[in-house]
Amino acid sequence: MKNVKTLNKSTYAKKSLGAGCGECQASCQSACKTSCTVANQKCEKPNKK
Amino acid sequence: MVHTFTQGGHRIALDSASGAVHVLSELSYKILQYLKPPLSPRCPTSLRYNLAMYSADDINEAYGELYELYTEGMLFSEDVKIPNTTPDAKYIPIKSMCLHIAHDCNMICKYCFADTGDFKRKRSLMSLETAKKAIDFLLEKSAGIKNLELDFFGGEPLLNFDVVRETVKYGREREKEFGKNIRFTMTTNGTLLDDEKIDFINEHMSNVVLSIDGRKEVNDRIRTYMDGSGTYDDILPKYKKLVEKRTSGTYYVRGTYTRENLDFAKDVISLADAGFDQISVEPVVLPYSDPLSIRPEDLPRIFEEYDLLTEEMIKRYREGNAFNFFHFMVDLDAGPCVYKRMKGCGSGSEYVAVTPEGDVYPCHQFVEHTDYKLGSIFGGELDDARRSEFAGCNICTNPECEKCWAKYFCGGGCAANNYNFAKDIKVPYDIACQLERKRVECALTIKAAIAEMEE
Repeated sequence: MKNVKTLNKSTYAKKSLGAGCGECQASCQSACKTSCTVANQKCEKPNKK
Repeated sequence: MVHTFTQGGHRIALDSASGAVHVLSELSYKILQYLKPPLSPRCPTSLRYNLAMYSADDINEAYGELYELYTEGMLFSEDVKIPNTTPDAKYIPIKSMCLHIAHDCNMICKYCFADTGDFKRKRSLMSLETAKKAIDFLLEKSAGIKNLELDFFGGEPLLNFDVVRETVKYGREREKEFGKNIRFTMTTNGTLLDDEKIDFINEHMSNVVLSIDGRKEVNDRIRTYMDGSGTYDDILPKYKKLVEKRTSGTYYVRGTYTRENLDFAKDVISLADAGFDQISVEPVVLPYSDPLSIRPEDLPRIFEEYDLLTEEMIKRYREGNAFNFFHFMVDLDAGPCVYKRMKGCGSGSEYVAVTPEGDVYPCHQFVEHTDYKLGSIFGGELDDARRSEFAGCNICTNPECEKCWAKYFCGGGCAANNYNFAKDIKVPYDIACQLERKRVECALTIKAAIAEMEE
């Protein structure tokens, strides 16, 4: 496209079909014990989506 | 819902529901300001009047590209409908535990939410018997989940190092019987680290959080020993040694900024210059009456600081000495699924804290609120009604979250912060919301800048 460059190769709506396995880390355990954010967390099954 | 913004010369659109991120030309950015769904295949004639400085052909072409994204579900896409957003917690496995191995600390940090380590109770260390029971509790309550987490927390966990070591040994034995994998982690102030503890942490902790606030003068003003002396000169070499010897697993040097160092980008950069490449520095959460607290009027200054940090991180990426900042981390392709994004931290439902006495709380920040006690690892039923209340508090059920463009990045914020400010876990702490939105913009700006460099 001439006017738009899309940065994702996929989107989380598409990736979430069949997901929700619950195996991923609790977000507050990783490096923020006083705030919350989820978008930086890793999926345990990135190749299965 | 589409959020558009400009930063660092980049024009960016985030399609909230799909997570698609688009870097736009000047024309397509302007067109987007006029569009509302549903979009028509034909370019609206009003655009030619509103954008008369552009040719009709250019407008048609740019609109056509936006329309293509719309039909592909990457612009003005609809939220994923997730059923049963208020599940019964009785059926939610507990997979993650914050184990308060020490309600005691050898420091008196001025902003400590744990009231300098004792959580407003008697100073105490967890017994090995209690720690083992906590492992059993986690293994038994995590039906259907293989990967479990146990964070050694305090106070300062290394004050109870022998129990930590034996707890890990016990966990390794017991996990096999259950066919599970416990990931041990630790959050430490670093003062008690020695070669033995460093080697143990590097061997057994899948992640370690190393507390330090950045510049020496900033750290030592807040993070002090009991006698008021600073800790920076003691902990920095220990952290360097730990990171140098670490061959697997993750680590973060983690700091807190307050009203006294709103120029906190300097602290992040100070940690990067000290040789650390995994850094987390986040705002203090204290009542407005506290002199260290972040207040609404501080936000413009803080936003400027995040902008400065963004520019510096892009510059260092270009120069080949990039570092990672926890709150700007976004994986646009392999990040968590929508379910995880919806649930957030899982406090109270799949994540709990356990005190030295074996009491169970929704998270480490609720431990001082005794009316939020969920039960005990030593028996009896957990308060599943309370757990369900936490499970049901998420971005799909909270009206404030539902209309926020950043909800799938944030996950719904921190229930403890909400409670501390509004006495209601469902009422968002607005400062955190505004900071989260700003940090997402910075994170996406860095992504756009890197994409441009790689073209």
